[in-house]
Amino acid sequence: MRVEGKGLIDRTHRVSFNFDGQQISGYAGDTVASALLANDIRLMARSFKYHRPRGVLTAGSEEPNALMTIGNGAKQDPNVRATVQEIYNGLEVRSQNAWPSLNVDAMAVNNLLSPFFGAGFYYKMMMWPKPLWEKFYEPLIRRAAGLGGLSVEHNEDTYERAWAHCDLLVIGGGPTGLMAALTAAKSGLDVIIADEDSIMGGRLNAETHEVDGMSGQEWAAKTVAELQAMDNVRVMTRTTVTGAYDQGTYGALERVAHHGNTVTDLPLECFWRIVSKRTILATGALERPIAFRNNDRPGVMNAGAVRSYLNRWGVAAGKTVAVFGNNDNAHRTAQDLQAAGVNVAALIDSRTDAQTSGDFRVIAGGQVTDTTGAKGLSSVIVKHAGGSETLDVDCLAVSGGWNPSVHLACHTNGRPVWNDSIAAFVPLANMVLGLLPAGACNGDFSTAACLQAGINAANEALGELGKKPVDQSVPQAENASYNITPLWTVPHKGRAWLDFQNDVTAKDIKQAAAENFSSVEHMKRFTTQGMATDQGKNSNVGALAILADATGRTISETGTTTFRPPYTPVAIAAMGAGAQGDGFAPKRFMTSHAATIERNAPMIEAGLWFRPSYFPQAGETTWRESCDREVGYVRKTVGVADVSTLGKIDIQGKDAGEFLDFVYTNMFSTLKVGKVRYGLMLREDGHVMDDGTTARIGENHYVMTTTTAAAGPVMRHLEFVRQCLRPNLEINLISTTEQWAQFAVAGPKSRELLNDLVDDPINNQAFPFMGCGDISIGDVQGRLFRISFSGEHAYEIAVPSRFGDALFRELVNRAEEMGGGAYGMEALNALRIEKGFITHAEIHGRITADDIGMGKMVSAKKDCIGKTASERPGLSGEHREQLVGLMPLDKSKELSGGAHLFERTAEAIRINDQGYTTSVAYSPELGCWLAQGFLKNGLARHGEVVRLVDHLRDKEILCEVCHPVFLDPEGGRARG
Amino acid sequence: MVELIAKTACDGLLPITHGSVTLSEATPERITAVAAFEGQAKPLAEALMASNSIAMPAPNRSTGGAKLRAIWVGPDQAFFVGEQLSCELGGLASVTDQSDAWAVVRLEGAHAVDVLTRLTPIDLRSSVFKRGHTAKTDLMHMMASITKTGDAAFEVMVFRSMAKTLVHDLTTAMTSVSARDIA
Repeated sequence: MRVEGKGLIDRTHRVSFNFDGQQISGYAGDTVASALLANDIRLMARSFKYHRPRGVLTAGSEEPNALMTIGNGAKQDPNVRATVQEIYNGLEVRSQNAWPSLNVDAMAVNNLLSPFFGAGFYYKMMMWPKPLWEKFYEPLIRRAAGLGGLSVEHNEDTYERAWAHCDLLVIGGGPTGLMAALTAAKSGLDVIIADEDSIMGGRLNAETHEVDGMSGQEWAAKTVAELQAMDNVRVMTRTTVTGAYDQGTYGALERVAHHGNTVTDLPLECFWRIVSKRTILATGALERPIAFRNNDRPGVMNAGAVRSYLNRWGVAAGKTVAVFGNNDNAHRTAQDLQAAGVNVAALIDSRTDAQTSGDFRVIAGGQVTDTTGAKGLSSVIVKHAGGSETLDVDCLAVSGGWNPSVHLACHTNGRPVWNDSIAAFVPLANMVLGLLPAGACNGDFSTAACLQAGINAANEALGELGKKPVDQSVPQAENASYNITPLWTVPHKGRAWLDFQNDVTAKDIKQAAAENFSSVEHMKRFTTQGMATDQGKNSNVGALAILADATGRTISETGTTTFRPPYTPVAIAAMGAGAQGDGFAPKRFMTSHAATIERNAPMIEAGLWFRPSYFPQAGETTWRESCDREVGYVRKTVGVADVSTLGKIDIQGKDAGEFLDFVYTNMFSTLKVGKVRYGLMLREDGHVMDDGTTARIGENHYVMTTTTAAAGPVMRHLEFVRQCLRPNLEINLISTTEQWAQFAVAGPKSRELLNDLVDDPINNQAFPFMGCGDISIGDVQGRLFRISFSGEHAYEIAVPSRFGDALFRELVNRAEEMGGGAYGMEALNALRIEKGFITHAEIHGRITADDIGMGKMVSAKKDCIGKTASERPGLSGEHREQLVGLMPLDKSKELSGGAHLFERTAEAIRINDQGYTTSVAYSPELGCWLAQGFLKNGLARHGEVVRLVDHLRDKEILCEVCHPVFLDPEGGRARG
Repeated sequence: MVELIAKTACDGLLPITHGSVTLSEATPERITAVAAFEGQAKPLAEALMASNSIAMPAPNRSTGGAKLRAIWVGPDQAFFVGEQLSCELGGLASVTDQSDAWAVVRLEGAHAVDVLTRLTPIDLRSSVFKRGHTAKTDLMHMMASITKTGDAAFEVMVFRSMAKTLVHDLTTAMTSVSARDIA
């Protein structure tokens, strides 16, 4: 019911939205909850477990009951609290957890079966018979469990992430936060003030107090305007600080477009990471309910929330209201309601010494013991000194006291301390380093105390940051007493609800204690109290008070459960914003990418790089046809492949040779200028790290190549060696991978092709096998390396990357004219397997130099990284799995990678395992499939027959164990 | 004779404008990486000052200007972006041509900082990150060099092969910032 003349809503601006198919009218400034209450709709949800009718309990983000699904289809957003969702024209809201409808919910049958569904039911009852668990119980529970649902469609909404930096972060825009921000900002700090509400002011917007002679609402608005006018202040509304992390970093979720903004490309939410030098926690306090029988009927609400709806939104939560509380603060509710013309049936104060505080009946020493009503409250039963009576009311405002919002202060595992005078937990300073709690979240409950605390906290931060505070006077404000006498639960048979969101009763907590789940963390898991979206904001303290009582401990001894981020739910989409699709990881494209795509090559990912698999031609129907043709180019004429993705590291300095001798197993200081050498690199543990060729292009200048996959790790390794292990050596390192576009030109006609292109033709004398030097193509200076990964007469030609596209096109066009062409990764793989060259499929991290037949490459004349470790027992010898080639006895059989090797007749089980295959390819040259793999004592077993078993593909093939080099073992072709 | 046609790193991708912010490609003539050898930092700095009138930058700083800018990239290491260095530094430093190794873009406009704060964790407040300041840092998932070249102008460098991702990530942030500006 709307109350005239109250609230921060725009009554000139009507807004219409859809709730469960019904058009609801409200005003700009309303939330879904306030608009529904204004329309006398109290039933907003069904409870999670028993499907009991529920209404709104609170007016903030802590709401446990009124969870809604917003929107439809892919964009639907579950578990949005009706108390947070602002209304706008066209908004679609659906209640959750009810079928077929909120009014008629079939699952409410659970409520009748509740004696069977108490805490621990699932653990106990669904253990047996065992086979039923997977087939019956689990699917059943999964179907019934869960709050809300996702569309399971791709979400097209845009989310955003951003960073912000400040001197002072103020969390919460109530009187404490506003005062702190104002003081700090006037004193010259860079301030960010964040509040989760759409307008700042906190409780000032929900109360009728005056501040400095104006209404609290006006004072808040004026102060916010003052802050907004300052250059050094960022005011962030609709922004919930969700987590406190190390070194002054806070996570915060901003609701950017949840209130009907339709600007194209506007993100729905932004997940902020705010880095501050100091932070003031001004998160206020949350009211807690009292557990009594049937305290969950729609219409039973927190007393402070009833005031919020009245003063902030101009809505009376009922026509006749009773108030039930244990503290002075509850009296305000009755006072405000009466002043607004709402009928107050009685104020039931559990304290026997309660005083009359207005023109309404006060029942001192009274307690509400039960309620009635079908889908909403119709009466409450009150027990007092004079006996028991029934009051007909449609709203009961309950206050069990206030809990300071200590959550963020506890995010780095600090524990709050119990304060008896307010019967609540309060934080300590610096539980999160640099975080200063102030105001209601620190146990100061009057407006005057909060305003003063804000100034004090700002001054403390200013002092720590070495700034002089301005003289800030404290505005005049109420300084009322609080006076609480704890009341957690009203003793009665029947269910007294504690955790509304998880349908946990006071009895469930006692049951946990009875079954010896007496640790608060165990009680939580046993009962599910404190889980789900509200994380027990309304019930934690009550639950552990009951647990303390049941276990004979104090609340302080019982302690709290662990507070973890996020404070309120955060969509994974917001935390991962920008990382979908193209944003997932950087894509690295070679300079030949466009020309490669033009040739319809399917691209495959090699790390972040995209490389061509093969270059299909008209008439080819399988990749094998293309691959075999491309292998033929290299073996018979000339093939061209982009090899720019290989890592290139420029090494300069007078000690470059010595450095390389230290990182490679073999010698590089003796390499002559103009020559290239193959090198093997070990990790410190003696296993192979990487391999590649290194060229000496000057007296003190080498260029190392690495594999594509290990370019980053090798660079990191070399920097570590340079900076930490051999800082005395004069060398510098820099990656030049991106500077050069490098192409393999391979095949008998490779030199012929190059000589058609370079300014000065080359010959076998100037460029012998493993030679290198400069070349020029017109004005372009390049480098030429006579190296071969195919075993053929081959070169790699490098030019600055800007010319990569042009050179690739030139090379491929010329190769095609000569009967050759471009080749992709498949052909490259077949070519190297024919020649027994290894890749990271073979040097996969558990392999020693000895295992790949390169033991002799570990030079005896010098030390190198990994040498000593590689000499440890067990890292060489006949028990090791060693690199072999494999060829099927039946040449028609297709070998597969990842298959395991067994003796001819041995059973194919783990204990008989002799090794495995790492790479396979079809060899056009040999007319059959070939494999590389590792076989126990393989170096000594050439000529033997082993059985390849691929359990996954259901394959068994007899193979001959071969030397890994299948083709041209003397290497004559490469030298030719 | 063959004439190879050069392509820039962001060929066909830029310029792009969203709201107040424009992203364009910078095509410096050369990028020369200079890293002092052990103990040679001082003579190197003197040689550079004598030959090109440019100072070796301190950590997280750049020197020079549009014609030739020295950008700090590591201890006693800088990228000289712009014209060719006119001196021999043999013995003092390793010198490596990096002209083709980087995609260099210019981000300019009133909300340029807002765009970058969506992608990089560093503090870009004008009181902290001033004209001439530079950082080797993250840009979304990429390693980047970010230099403030004007009140609302930045130069950003990432590996050349990542040019498309750079443009994608910056454009995404620009779109979002511009939408907020409208809203």
